Parts: sequence; structure tokens; C-alpha cells
Amino acid sequence: MGIYSKPVVLAVTSALVILIGTVVTVFVPMFMPSTQPVSAYVKPYTAIEQEGRDIYMREGCNNCHTQTVRPLRTEVLRYGEYSKAEEFAWDRPFLWGSRRTGPDLNRIGGKYPDSWHYRHMHSPQSMFEKSNMPPYGWLAENRLDTSNSFRKTQILGYGYSEAEVQQQIADYKAKVSAPDYDSKATRDQVTPEALRGDLTEMDAIIAYMQKLGRDVKAMEAMQ
Amino acid sequence: MAPFHTIFFINQIQEEGMNDTGYDYSVVKGFAFSALFWLVIGLVIGLWIAFEMFNPALNLTPWLSFGRLRVVHTNGLGLGFGLAGIFATAYYMLQRLTRTPLPFPGLAKAHLWLFNAAIAAAAVSLMAGLNTTKEYAELEWPLDVGVVILWVMFAVNVFAILIKRQEKQMYISLWYLVAMTVTVAVLYIVNNLEIPLTLFKSYSLYAGANDANVEWWYGHNIVGFIFTVPVLAMFYYFLPKATGLPIYSHRLSIVSFWSLIFAYLWTGAHHLMLTPLPEWIQTVAIAFSIFLIAPSWGSVVNGYYTLQGNWDQMRTNYLTKFFILGITFYGLQTLQGPLQGLRTLNAFFHYTDWVVGHVHMGTMGWVTMIISASFYYMIPKVTGRELYSVKLANTHFWLILVGQLAWTVTMWIGGIQQGAMWKATNPDGSLMYSFLDGLTSLYPYYRIRFVSGVVYFIGILVFGWNLIQTVRQAPSAATEA
Ligand code: HEM
Ligand code: HEM
Repeated sequence: MGIYSKPVVLAVTSALVILIGTVVTVFVPMFMPSTQPVSAYVKPYTAIEQEGRDIYMREGCNNCHTQTVRPLRTEVLRYGEYSKAEEFAWDRPFLWGSRRTGPDLNRIGGKYPDSWHYRHMHSPQSMFEKSNMPPYGWLAENRLDTSNSFRKTQILGYGYSEAEVQQQIADYKAKVSAPDYDSKATRDQVTPEALRGDLTEMDAIIAYMQKLGRDVKAMEAMQ
Repeated sequence: MAPFHTIFFINQIQEEGMNDTGYDYSVVKGFAFSALFWLVIGLVIGLWIAFEMFNPALNLTPWLSFGRLRVVHTNGLGLGFGLAGIFATAYYMLQRLTRTPLPFPGLAKAHLWLFNAAIAAAAVSLMAGLNTTKEYAELEWPLDVGVVILWVMFAVNVFAILIKRQEKQMYISLWYLVAMTVTVAVLYIVNNLEIPLTLFKSYSLYAGANDANVEWWYGHNIVGFIFTVPVLAMFYYFLPKATGLPIYSHRLSIVSFWSLIFAYLWTGAHHLMLTPLPEWIQTVAIAFSIFLIAPSWGSVVNGYYTLQGNWDQMRTNYLTKFFILGITFYGLQTLQGPLQGLRTLNAFFHYTDWVVGHVHMGTMGWVTMIISASFYYMIPKVTGRELYSVKLANTHFWLILVGQLAWTVTMWIGGIQQGAMWKATNPDGSLMYSFLDGLTSLYPYYRIRFVSGVVYFIGILVFGWNLIQTVRQAPSAATEA
């Protein structure tokens, strides 16, 4: 009955047994190019988009929304071109999700104008009476904290200089607070007056939404 | 061979009770009631989010919004209830099966307090939005460090007691506990490697498809090594104890053990079917998922055959029902799981409520049934009191059984409907239903699920009441002697 009376041997043997599948299906693929393809078309997130992504994570949007379109006819019809591995090269962590209480978001970028998102995030039920999505109006009441934006892009290896990050932030602020911003009226409706000249968490999460799938659409347009 | 094994079993299972002194049961009790506490909290949150799914009015504040609360539910029950139940029964089984008192009772006590502090901190931090989003690994890095420390504190006692043990042979339940201790450590550390930004935020070390692969290798196996492996340890120990019948086949349990822990680790990618993950990893996962039916059913068959000739115990012994229904749900789960992992079926069921039904038959059926019965057997033993009420235990059984079945079957039907509506096309090839059509058609199901959840929850309250009343009674003469 050898092994069953030797706890340390049993533990070591168990460890080896569980490591076989682990090495083959997880550790080896880590170093294979097929799990980590890159494409020149897929650009890292801007500092603002990354801030939006972090808010998406904080709010746990991934608990209801997936970000992978599968290569199935009806799914491509509903959401658009199916997802490719290279699209996710910059994603730490991945946000594919496992549950579709809400629709997939991997091709949401560019599908609607910003104003649609401001209205929808503020009150999903005002657009779809029966939607069960929580309202996120309070995101527009929170000033966006950009104090870590540069360090984030550094850790994530996006390769921006600090000046570039500051520029991205300034540019986006200028865009959404400009008098001729195409979604100005809706943004003003949902944003408290004091914050209209500033960036809010709502602005960032919408910037992130608009990024999702944009690079792939651009790539298709080029081809 | 056979007679030897029978002797071994009877020896292990029936005679270890003779030496009853010197065991440290305070942590057993502490963890058992912690499990109960987190179970109730986790279920209240489960009901809350179940309501939010058909009526968003309960998203009252950011802290109570569905996206944040759902992870409090899964972590509260998986880590809070699940792990506490495992620690309670593990500290009990380890001492009984080795006929050795806990080597480091002080460490175990610290483990208990730190555990509860960590779960409370986890719940608060998740509600505050500190969420890494990797499923079942949502805690931010300082809490990950805490979890690793807790695990080491537990492992020290596990290995120390096994090395010092008085009983030469290690019974099956101990192998399962050893496998859990080793594997959870590997899973948790590998999947949680992250680069800290601040104390409250970090980024995964892995990116994209790789991150997904690591995550679901973890996700599938953390469920396996928390909701299956240690629960099987309980099953193999408490079923013979509660029924007085030795496990049917020792050899079957050996084969099941090794093939289960071998095959489990290959299957993570069945959670990533038809995603951009390389196809061969998905295909390997499908193959091993099918293979997993064998070892899983090895335990199911072992459980059923143990009762051979004694099926009247289903009527006469209130505990037998819990164990047999529990292992039956495990058997159903382990058929449903591999089937829904097949590429064609998964294309239909993935992302739907069907999977939610699968999850809850496992957790509300198998896991809760086995932990309930184990506690009913163990708590009177460790407190020297008799169970307060068998009648209440029966009420508890029926409420959680009916609640769970109504819950899961409703979700299966809802899932089929949802999958069908996503796929339905008009003759001209266009989509028949908008996304919202599909969602709103499910609200009646979500309402039934909520009501079923309440039934189940009442059953759990009865369970808690029964245990609390048990420890509040005067010690019984019989067990005191
Ligand atoms: C009254 C009983 C319960 C209710 C009402 C309930 C409710 C829910 C709801 C509404 C969800 C989200 C489903 C979705 O996103 O579509 C969920 C997910 C989940 N629950 Fe429960 N739950 C209950 C019991 C339990 C128990 C006892 C456990 C574990 C011991 C558990 C573990 C989980 C897990 C792991 C998930 C995530 C499933 C997934 O990601 O697919 N639940 N629950
Ligand atoms: C042979 C055994 C099993 C196999 C092969 C299996 C297979 C699967 C598959 C393929 C999925 C993913 C479905 C999808 O997302 O499309 C799944 C989800 C899940 N299963 Fe199982 N299952 C098994 C047993 C169990 C048991 C016993 C439990 C719990 C007690 C369990 C708990 C879960 C949970 C919690 C999820 C949801 C994960 C998530 O998406 O968050 N499974 N299972």
C-alpha cells in the first residue's frame, strides 16, 4: 500500500499528476506564437480608453457582457465580424466574459454616436423600457482620476511618453467639452454643470466603448 | 485482496472513534458556523441579484449594482461558505482518520480568525469595485497574498498531522484533501500573478488569449478542487459513518482518484469554446471532458453500491437521503458538463442561462447537500450534544431539494429558449429576434427562479436554526460518557 501510507510521496505524486495537463495545455502554449499573435492594425488603448476599461472592470460589466464574437452565422449577423486572437494582444486582463445577460460588446465601437451612450449609460430604461441593465448616471458625477494614467500605460507596455499621455488627456478633454462636440447636448444633460469642462468617468467609459472593435473595422476597410 | 480492504475500511471507519480524547474541535465548530454565516450572507446577495435580473430597481447604489454584487455572491459562497465548510470538515476528518490531535491548534485558531477577516475584507473590497475581473479570482493582490498565507497555515497542519499520524494507512478522504491542498496552491498562485499599480489595482501578467487560457484552466479547476475534490472527501468519510456501511470498492476509489485529478487539468478550455483560443487546446479539453465522466461516475457508483441491500436507509436514516441525492446531482452535473462542452452543443448553450442552471445544480444540490449532512453528523459529535431535531433536518432537506430543482430546471428551460432565440432566423436569413426580445422573454423564468431561491433559502435558515439549537442544548448523557 506504499504511497497511501506516505503523505509526502502522495503529495509530490499528485503535484506531478496535475502538472502534466497544466504544462501541455497552459504553460507550453504561453510560449507559442498562436496564443499571442500581434497585428500592426491593433493599437493599444489611449490613456483615456484605458481609464474607461478600468472603470468597466471596477463596475463588473464583464458579468453581463461578453467581448468575443464567435464564428457562428447568427452571431456574426448580430454583432459583426468574429473575434480574432490578435485583437486582444494588449488586453491585460482579457475581458471575454462567460455570460451574456447583455449583448456582446466586442464590435460596439462606432456602432452608435457618443450621445447614444451618454443617454444609455445614464438610464438604460429610458431607451429600452424593459432592459435590466443598472443605470450608471453617477459615473458622470465622478471626475476622472488621471493621476495614475501614465504609470498604467507604462505597466501595460503601451510605449507612450508622459507628454503623450498628458496630450491624450488634454485632447480628449478638449474634444468632449468643445462647443461643437456632436454629442454635447446629451453630455450636458447627464453631466453636472461643474464637471462639464472636465473629464468624468462617464466620458472615459464611453471612450473605451468606442474603441472596441474599431481597429478591426479599420483593417477591413483597408482590405 | 478484498478481505484485507474490508478490514482496513472497518478499522478506519468504525474503530477510530474509540480514541476520542485530545482532539481539538474548537476550530471545527468555528469553521462550521463561519460556513453557515457566509452561506446566509451569500444567499441573501444571491436573492438580491436574482431580483435585479428582472427588476433593476434594486441597483440602489454603486455598491449594490449587479456588476459588483454578482462577484460578492460567487466569492462569498465559493470562498466563504465553500472553503469554511471544507476547513471545518477537514480539521475534523484529519484528526479522526489519523487518530492524532491537531499538531498546531494555535495556528488553526489563527487560520480561523484570519479567514473570516479575509472574507469580510473580500466582500467589502468587491462591493467597492476592487475587482480584477478574472472569474473566481476577482480579489485584488493584497487579498491574494492573504489567501496564500491562509492556505499555507492550513497546509502546515495538514502535512504535520499526516506525518505524525497514529494510523498507518491513509483513508481515501485524506488523499483527496492532499490533492486539494497541493492543487489549489498551484492554481491560485499561477492565475493571480499580476503587476501592482497601487495597493488597490493591478494588471494581469498575461495578455489576451493567454490570459483567457490561464484563467479558465484556473476557473475550471478551482471549481473542481473546491466544489468536487474536498466534497468527495466528505462523501467518502461521512457516508460510511452516517450509514455504518463501508465504501463498496476501494479499488474503484483508487482508480477514480488518480484519473480524476489527472484529467481535470486538461479541460479548462471547454469554457473557451469557439473563442480565439487555438483550436487544438479546445479540442483537447473536449476529449478530456468526456473522459471525466468515468472517474466522476466511479464515485457515483461507489456511493450507490455502498447502499446495496440497505436502501431502506433512504427512509429510516435522515442523513442517507442527503448523501444519495447529493451524489446523484453530482452524477447529473458530470454528465451535463461534458455534453455542454461539446463544440456543437456549446455553440448553443454557452453564455445562456443553461450554464447558470448547471452551476446551481452543483452548488445548491451536490455541494450544499453533502456539507449539510456532514455538519449534521459532525456537529453533535464535536459538541457532545444530540441533533436538536431530525424533523427539522427533514424539512430542510425537502425545502432545499424542491427549491434547487425548481431553480435549476427553470434555468435550463430558460437557457434553451434564450439559445434558440439568439439563433432564430427569418426565411430571408435575417435575425428573428432582437437581443432585448430574448432577454425580456426570460423575465418570467427569472421570477420563478427568485421564488425557488426563497424556498431554498428558507431551507437553509432551518438548517442554521437546527444547528444553533443543537449547540445551545445541554450536553447529552450518551455522548458525554
Ligand atoms: C437562493 C439561492 C441562490 C440564488 C437566488 C442565486 C442567484 C444567482 C444569480 C442571479 C446568479 C447570476 C446569474 C447570471 O449572471 O445570469 C448567480 C451566479 C452564481 N452563483 Fe448563485 N444563487 C444561489 C445559490 C448559490 C449557491 C448555494 C452557490 C454556491 C455554493 C452559488 C454560486 C454561484 C456561482 C458560482 C455563480 C456564477 C455562475 C456563472 O458564472 O456561470 N449560488 N447566482
Ligand atoms: C465532469 C464534470 C464537469 C464538466 C466536464 C463540466 C463542464 C462545464 C462546462 C463545459 C462549462 C462551461 C459552459 C459554458 O460556459 O458554456 C461549465 C461551467 C461551470 N461548471 Fe461545470 N462541469 C462539470 C462538473 C461541475 C461540477 C460538479 C460543478 C460544481 C459543483 C461545476 C460548476 C461549474 C461552474 C461554477 C461553471 C460556470 C463557470 C463560469 O462560467 O463562471 N461543474 N462546466
